[in-house]
Amino acid sequence: MTEPRLSFIGEIENLLHASGSNPLNTCIQCGTCSGTCPVAAGGFMSHTPRRIISMIRANRKEDTLAANTYWYCASCFQCTVRCPRGIDIAEMMYALKRYSIWKREYGKDLIGPTFSETFIQTIMKSGRSYEPVLATTYLFSFGFQDMLQEAATATGLMLKGRMPILPPRIKRLDNFKRMIRKIVPVEEQ
Amino acid sequence: MSRTYAYFPGCSLEKMARSYHESAMETTRALDVELEEIEDWNCCGATTYFNIDELLAYTLCARNLAMAEQLKKDVVAPCSGCFKNLYSARKHLTHEPDLRDHINEALAEDNLSFTGTSQVRHLLDVLVRDVGLEEIKKRVKQPLTGLKVAPYYGCQIMRPRKDHEDVENPRFFEDLMSAIGAEPTNFLLRLRCCSGALLITNREAALSMVRNLLDSAVRSGASIIATACPLCQVNLECYQAQVNSEFGTDFKVPVLYFTQLVGLALGIPRARLGIGSELVNVMPVLAGAGGGAGK
Repeated sequence: MTEPRLSFIGEIENLLHASGSNPLNTCIQCGTCSGTCPVAAGGFMSHTPRRIISMIRANRKEDTLAANTYWYCASCFQCTVRCPRGIDIAEMMYALKRYSIWKREYGKDLIGPTFSETFIQTIMKSGRSYEPVLATTYLFSFGFQDMLQEAATATGLMLKGRMPILPPRIKRLDNFKRMIRKIVPVEEQ
Repeated sequence: MSRTYAYFPGCSLEKMARSYHESAMETTRALDVELEEIEDWNCCGATTYFNIDELLAYTLCARNLAMAEQLKKDVVAPCSGCFKNLYSARKHLTHEPDLRDHINEALAEDNLSFTGTSQVRHLLDVLVRDVGLEEIKKRVKQPLTGLKVAPYYGCQIMRPRKDHEDVENPRFFEDLMSAIGAEPTNFLLRLRCCSGALLITNREAALSMVRNLLDSAVRSGASIIATACPLCQVNLECYQAQVNSEFGTDFKVPVLYFTQLVGLALGIPRARLGIGSELVNVMPVLAGAGGGAGK
């Protein structure tokens, strides 16, 4: 079997084209990221951020993509500001999300990927976000009790006039769509 | 002389956080700050665009920045998520000519161009640094004496780090609360994440994170939490009932925007600050503050 030209760590390091590459190889495995992460602290991640960096460096692509860690990152950037080696760990989690969407490799029970795609489609169509459309992407994956609770919260917001009825849209929508097509040359769904 | 800024309200302030918009407009007006809304602004991308495509995420931010540049003003965002996205987009586009050229080609479809002349600011920072705490103190008509407030910074107003500022122990939110006569409490988890969009994508983790924050705020002796971000507000306030039913707790801590509290202290009536649209009733707490602030 021939070695791929680009290692997994190289792919992930360079998935940050705006901010340059991310020096994952300088990680000293101190665990500050894991100790500081509020989601890892609650035991909700299958692998801690420290372990994910270690797995990427060991070229364990399948194990890394199968972890729920990066889709459970809330982007709070606490790890990023505390990393003694200057690794932008939260941006690395974004890079992993993009990679997993691109490869279509992520846990099937995750809500994050579908939610993200619906969100983007909503923006592409109207230029602004609209909560009721987004709700349809996750509500049906909830258990019955959770769904009832979510409906109660939504009703409360509606009674207080805090739920949008009509989807908002920007005025120069045609220009906006042409602008998007310059970046992502595909038709909207 | 009044200061003027290009105002980027963001999607949440259109409806879910309408009271943030209303109180931001009222409070800034009372402080001689003019917010001129960017016409036809689009969604900043929240935390979600970056999950799919980084280039598209920066392009959507760049369109807003380019429109602010046409107004020849700095951008002010009241939402911490919008602030972080617009700030990072401006930083990367300013430092990467290739990226800027690429995105400008797309912006040309809407007859716009990004050059980087408008800075990006958070509304809280504008009040603290541009208006200034001394000036705010001078204008307070009804100090919120006796109101114990947990100042909640959340994440993206502080992180990622913008420059060399102290991201571990900021004091400006506490100082602002003191300036309006309230008493900021020692809220240990004030910089901890509200769980953001995890309330949708990982409910179990999110509710436990919200519970920890509410617990820390209550333990600090606070009777109210002040926020500077619509997502923090919704997560901490609107999900309190779900936290209570999930964990058997009994939280009923009202959560207001800092603009609402500053507005009350400036003597603006409650209704004009959007007070009354909360799911956790704030009236009992306000009745005990500064002789019934903003009645």
